[in-house]
Amino acid sequence: MKRNLYILCSCAALLMLMNLSGCKPKNAGDATGGDAAGRVYVAPGKYDELYNFVSGGFSGQVSVYGIPSGRLLRVIPVFSVDPEKGWGFSEETKPMLNTSHGEIPWGDQHHLALSQTNGEIDGRWLFANENNTPRIARIDLKTFRTTEIIEIPNSAGNHSSPFITENTEYVVAGTRFSVPMDNEDGDVPIDSYKKNFKGTLSFVSVAPKEGEMKVAFQMVLPGMNFDLSHSGKGPSSGWFFFSCYNSEQAHTLLEVNASKRDKDYILAVNWKKAAEYVKQGKGKKVKANYAHNTFSEVTHSATSKMETETTLIDVKDFPDLVYMIPCPKSPHGCDVDPSGEYIVGSGKLAALIPVFSFSKIQNAIANKTYDGDYGGIPVLKYEAALYGEVKKPGLGPLHTEFDGKGNAYTTFFISSEIVKWNIKDLKVLDRQPTYYSPGHLSIPGGDTKKPYGKYLIAYNKITKDRFLPTGPELSQSAQLFDISGDKMKLLLDYPTIGEPHYAQMVPAELIAKNSQKIFRLDENKHPYVTMGEKNSKVVREGNKVHVYMTAMRSHFSPDNIEGVKVGDEVYFHVTNLEQDWDVPHGFGVKGNKNAELLIMPGETTTLKWVPEKAGIFPIYCTDFCSALHQEMQGYVRVSVKGSKVPISFSLGKNSEAAEEMLKK
Amino acid sequence: MKKLFLMFSIALFSAGCAGGGNSDSNGSTEQSAADETKTPGTEAYDPKRGEGKFTEVKISDKLDAEMAARGEKVADLKCISCHKLTDEKLVGPGWAGVTKRHTPEWIMNFMTNTDAMIDKDPKVQAMLEICMVRMPNQNLSDGDTRDILEFLRKNDGVK
Repeated sequence: MKRNLYILCSCAALLMLMNLSGCKPKNAGDATGGDAAGRVYVAPGKYDELYNFVSGGFSGQVSVYGIPSGRLLRVIPVFSVDPEKGWGFSEETKPMLNTSHGEIPWGDQHHLALSQTNGEIDGRWLFANENNTPRIARIDLKTFRTTEIIEIPNSAGNHSSPFITENTEYVVAGTRFSVPMDNEDGDVPIDSYKKNFKGTLSFVSVAPKEGEMKVAFQMVLPGMNFDLSHSGKGPSSGWFFFSCYNSEQAHTLLEVNASKRDKDYILAVNWKKAAEYVKQGKGKKVKANYAHNTFSEVTHSATSKMETETTLIDVKDFPDLVYMIPCPKSPHGCDVDPSGEYIVGSGKLAALIPVFSFSKIQNAIANKTYDGDYGGIPVLKYEAALYGEVKKPGLGPLHTEFDGKGNAYTTFFISSEIVKWNIKDLKVLDRQPTYYSPGHLSIPGGDTKKPYGKYLIAYNKITKDRFLPTGPELSQSAQLFDISGDKMKLLLDYPTIGEPHYAQMVPAELIAKNSQKIFRLDENKHPYVTMGEKNSKVVREGNKVHVYMTAMRSHFSPDNIEGVKVGDEVYFHVTNLEQDWDVPHGFGVKGNKNAELLIMPGETTTLKWVPEKAGIFPIYCTDFCSALHQEMQGYVRVSVKGSKVPISFSLGKNSEAAEEMLKK
Repeated sequence: MKKLFLMFSIALFSAGCAGGGNSDSNGSTEQSAADETKTPGTEAYDPKRGEGKFTEVKISDKLDAEMAARGEKVADLKCISCHKLTDEKLVGPGWAGVTKRHTPEWIMNFMTNTDAMIDKDPKVQAMLEICMVRMPNQNLSDGDTRDILEFLRKNDGVK
């Protein structure tokens, strides 16, 4: 009986298994070309063809992958603290995370934009947005470090960001959440949305040489949600296009209430004209309070400055700045083709893709072919702006990029696929499934004047059964396609960090050739630098103890410190005296309620420690630096408050205090 | 007390460098043997000059005091963490006598083309077995390198 039951159970289990696999979508193995492995194999010691910068979503960071291998090369800390690198923990980096709300340890990083010159990627900087507490970061691609973060006032949910103009004149920041303006009383009923809530489109200028950002002006619009944007190029230079949803102006149950209308809008914004008005003093200067944080590679330190003013341009007072183009339905992607003539709107609840024509938009504006207005902003007639529609492309188009050969590639979230279509005749050419539900996609240079093409990566929101299970929480996935032929070929799946949204890709040589290897000691202007081991020392200033320390394979100087007392604020200013590539030293202190330091060659970095009890506290190098790395250590003696033990320090000999004791 | 420290240090070093002195001289004999049985590809290596951009360094009998002073400053920042001015080993070998053991070209090439010479030079390899730490390339400019050479000469008694 037992045996029969067992057999029965086994059969049932087997059937269930068969059933399960039967339910699974067709294995992607079928879709990959036979040479897929060869196409993504990068031999040991060889470099990848492209850098791929990927937003880290709720991780707050930016990851860097090599393509086509899909190897993770680096995670750049941006908006979230990173104890591994001391980011947000070292005294030098703490100011980078300062905001008008104080220091914030986390951010939500959605979109990236590589700096451009003449509409082509120039390899200088990478811009990253922060959605939650609106900010934009600039990452220096010489060092792969976050070098500047600016907070955006009068904004909430900085989603439509950090898209840039053709020559990186401006990086934009459109609000996802409309809110009352900062200088108004925000303590209002939520259901007064229509009256009190405003949306802003901020234009942040970027200094041509050094890249320093400044909130140049903010356009004030009726309350709604801005989603994504892209700059015009070529004939559409001087214009910026923003998608918006919730034109219903709902403030609750947006899932239903913001999805009522057939069409929302794409905004055509004449930013050049707006900049002229501001130059003529036509903007309204208002009080504001927002942080502007910069990191200096000379002092190896960040400073945070609070800015106090911003310039507003209320769009209803300037009727020739913004025009609204109806777009079905709750558009997400708002993408301009390489020629600059076609603007693709991706209505995420729509079953078609509208393609607008810049020249038709200009004609419609000139002839005032309007269909009423929205909060005082002229609305163009849909047909008057439309070039044509891609019919039945799939369900839920989200984002489109271009290959430079006249084709567009659009992700479809609901139908889980990528669709290739021709921009001119709007015919669908190919479709490939993704696993599963892609958000953005990325083609090298795919949003610039000159796409590099060749590859496409889909960033999927759902991974489910694609990788070995890791409990309830799974990584999200990237899927690499070869788009060099007529049909797209799936080459590779690989996991990502956080939630990848937008990404950028660029041929490696543009970045690699500029990559910095060390910081030069003779350029180190850190106020607490120790120029050579002979200058290492420990200085007490009241209850502050400054340790001027050097690190060199394989010792710290000094490595024995006495005279520290409970409650002191101890600052270890560690200078890495190495001048060779890839020789960082780490620094950790037992019991320190803080992270480690990771000090690059030639750099000075400071770790704060407030000892809470007396005793001996080891310090050591955390980054395996040499065969004698395990010897790279030292001790700090902490005495009770009021103790008479004087400050002393040494390397390679007993301290004076110890000498005294031994004499006795 | 100082004596104790010194004794302790000596004990430590003689332990740490067990056979250090020997292997140094052994190293040079082995090196000449190795020279004869060189594998192809390393044939071009000149153990006198080392390998690098310096082919002929002109030095005078007299010391250029200004140059040596500049060299000392750079060395204090970038070298002294590991090298003593005496013949005592710290992380790397002590500097005393280095200009007598090596040609100016060898010294300057080693300072600037460090990794290549660690991989090829028999004397460097013998020293690596003692010190167990690869000398880092400290990214010295040509001028700095020459200045340090002058400081090394001063350290070896050139006046």
